Amino acid sequence: MARFTPKVVTANALIEGDVVYLTADGRWSRHHHEAELLDDEAHAQLRLLHGMSQRNVVVGAYLADAKAGPNGPEPTHFREVFRTRGPSNYAHGKQVELN
Amino acid sequence: MYNYSEFDEAFVRARVAQFSHQVARRIDGSLSEDEFRPLRLMNGLYLQLHAYMLRVAIPYGTLNPNQMRQLAHIAETYDKGYGHFTTRQNIQFNWPKLSDVPAILSALADVGMHAIQTSGNCVRNVTADHFAGAAADEIEDPRPVAELLRQWSTDHPEFQFLPRKFKIAITGAPNDRAVTRAHDIGLRMVRNAAGEPGFEVIVGGGLGRTPMVGMTVREFLPKADLLPYVEAVLSVYNTLGRRDNKYKARIKITLHETGKEEITRQIEARFEELRPLFGGNDQKLLAEIEAAFAPPAFRNAPVDAYDAFHKADPVFRAWADTNLAAHRNDQYAIVTISLKAHGATPGDASADQMRLIADLAEKYGHSQLRISHEQNVILPHVHKGDLPAVHAALVQAGLGTANVGLISDIIACPGMDYCALATARSIPVAQQIATRFDELKLEHDIGPLKIKISGCINACGHHHVGHIGILGLDRAGVENYQITLGGDGSETAVIGEKTGPGFAYDEIVPAIERIIAAYLEHREAPEETFLEAYRRLGLAPFKAALYPAEGKRDAA
Repeated sequence: MARFTPKVVTANALIEGDVVYLTADGRWSRHHHEAELLDDEAHAQLRLLHGMSQRNVVVGAYLADAKAGPNGPEPTHFREVFRTRGPSNYAHGKQVELN
Repeated sequence: MYNYSEFDEAFVRARVAQFSHQVARRIDGSLSEDEFRPLRLMNGLYLQLHAYMLRVAIPYGTLNPNQMRQLAHIAETYDKGYGHFTTRQNIQFNWPKLSDVPAILSALADVGMHAIQTSGNCVRNVTADHFAGAAADEIEDPRPVAELLRQWSTDHPEFQFLPRKFKIAITGAPNDRAVTRAHDIGLRMVRNAAGEPGFEVIVGGGLGRTPMVGMTVREFLPKADLLPYVEAVLSVYNTLGRRDNKYKARIKITLHETGKEEITRQIEARFEELRPLFGGNDQKLLAEIEAAFAPPAFRNAPVDAYDAFHKADPVFRAWADTNLAAHRNDQYAIVTISLKAHGATPGDASADQMRLIADLAEKYGHSQLRISHEQNVILPHVHKGDLPAVHAALVQAGLGTANVGLISDIIACPGMDYCALATARSIPVAQQIATRFDELKLEHDIGPLKIKISGCINACGHHHVGHIGILGLDRAGVENYQITLGGDGSETAVIGEKTGPGFAYDEIVPAIERIIAAYLEHREAPEETFLEAYRRLGLAPFKAALYPAEGKRDAA
C-alpha cells in the first residue's frame, strides 16, 4: 500500500462557498496555514468524519495533500494552491480578502 | 422577441418560490447537502472552487436591453461587478452567496429569465446561430423553432431524468455558426427540391472525452414534423441510453453502440407513433411564436456616413472589416462586440459594459441583442449609417477591439481559476496568447484563426473544433497543455488532431508562436487561411516546428 502523505481537511463554507480548513481545535479557518496537519491516516479519517458531520456549516469536506511549512501547513498540489488564493485573472477571493 | 406568456411567468415564479424554500431549508439544516445538491443543480446553482456559481440561461442567445440591464444589476448587487458569457450562450455569475440566490432568481424572473435546466440530465438551453434573424445567408430565422423546443423541453415529465445531459443546437443558415455537428441533436435548415424549408437532423455529435462529429439521421425533415421527430430521438435515447456508466451515457455512444441504421429505424418507428398524437397543436403554437419573432421595422436611410468613415478612419476600418457581418438588408450590418480585449478574460463583461451595450441596442439596434457561443455580444440589426457612432461608443467603453475571428478572439472555459472539474487553467493562457500576438502586431496578417481552450477533458472550451485547440491537463501534479490542430466547428466539422506530447504552462505560448511561424512560412499566399494551409500540408510541418529537438534526434 502507498505510504500515507500528510493531509488537511478542507471544504467550502455553506453560505459563501469560500474555501475553509479544519483546525486542530475544531474551527473552520479561511487560512490554510491554520489547518491541522494530519500525519496519521487513522486520525485523518476521524478528522474528515468530523468535518463531514458539520453539514450545516460546510459542504464537500475532503482530505487534501499538504506539507509542513514555516508558518503552518502548505498545499502541495497546484489546485490546492489556487484554492488558497482565488482566481488568477482578477484580484478576487482570498488573495485580497485575507490581506 | 418572444415575451413570457402568463403560463411561463407563473411557472418560473412558482419555481423561484419552491427553490427559495429549498434554500431556506438547506440553511436551517432540514436538508442535507446530498438532498439539496440535485435541487440546486436543477436550478443552475453549482459549487465551484472558490464560491457558488449560478448559470443563467439565455435561450438561443437572445436578450433584450432590459434583460441585459438586469444582468448588470445582478452582477453589481450580488456578484463582483461582472458576468461571464459561456460557450453555451449562457451567463455565469461566479460569486453569489447561497442566501442571495433566491433574490437573484426573483430578479431574473422580473425580466423573463431563469436558471432552470442549465444543469442536470435534461434538455439544456437550446443554442442557435448568433446571427439568427439577421444573417444574409439565412433561409429562415431558426429561433421560433428554438423557442418551441424550449417550451416543450422545459419541465418535460418524460425527459427530466435522461441518461445524461442533452444539448440541441439549431441554425437557419448553410454556414454553420452554431456547431450543430457537435451537439446531441443538431438541426440545420435546408431546402428540399421543391424549395420548401426543413431540417437536416444530425444526431450524436459531441466533444468531451469522446469527441465525435454527429451523423445525419434525416437528410430532410419537413419543418412541421420537427417537434415529434425530436421527441422521437429523445424517446429512443431515453430507452437505449446507458445509465450504468456516466462516460458512456451520451447519445453519441448510444448511436455507436446501436448502429446508425438501427437507431434511425427506431427513431422513425417512434416518430410514426408520436406524430399523430401532436394533433397540430405544435404547429398552432409555432405560428404564435413566429409572430413574436417578426423582423423589426428596418429604416430606409442613406449609408454615406459609413462609407465616409470607412474611407477616412483606419481604426474604424479595421474594426468594420473584422467585426461586421453581412445583414439580409444591405443597408444594415451585424455588429459583433468583442469581449476579447487583448489580455482580458474571454467572455467577461462588467456591469457598466452590459449597460452600455443595452443602451446601444436600444438606440441603434432595434432593441435586440445576442450572445454568441464564441463568447461575444452581437447587435444583430444596426443601420450602416449608425456604425460610426456605435463604434465610437464601444471604443470608449473598452469594447472596440477589432479582432473577431482572429487569433486573439479565443474561446476559453473558466478552467481552474473557477471550475471545480478543471485540471488546469485556461483563462491566463488565453490572456497571454492574446497579449503576445498583440505585441507582435501580427494578428491581422495571420488572418482568420480560431483558438479554443478547455481546462479539462469535458471540453467546454470546444478545443476539439479549434483550428488550434488547447487542452489543459494535470500531468503528475503539474499543468500540462496538449495541442490539437485542424479542428473545425463549421458545416465542414472535423475533430482536431493531437500533435504529440503536451507543453508546460510557461511553454504553451511559445509553442503557439512556433505553430504560427510555421504557418506564415508555409502558406502559399496571405489569402490561404491557417485551416486551409493545415488541410493542404497536414501535421508534419507544424509538428516539426513544435518539437524541433525531436527532429534533430531523428536526424542523428
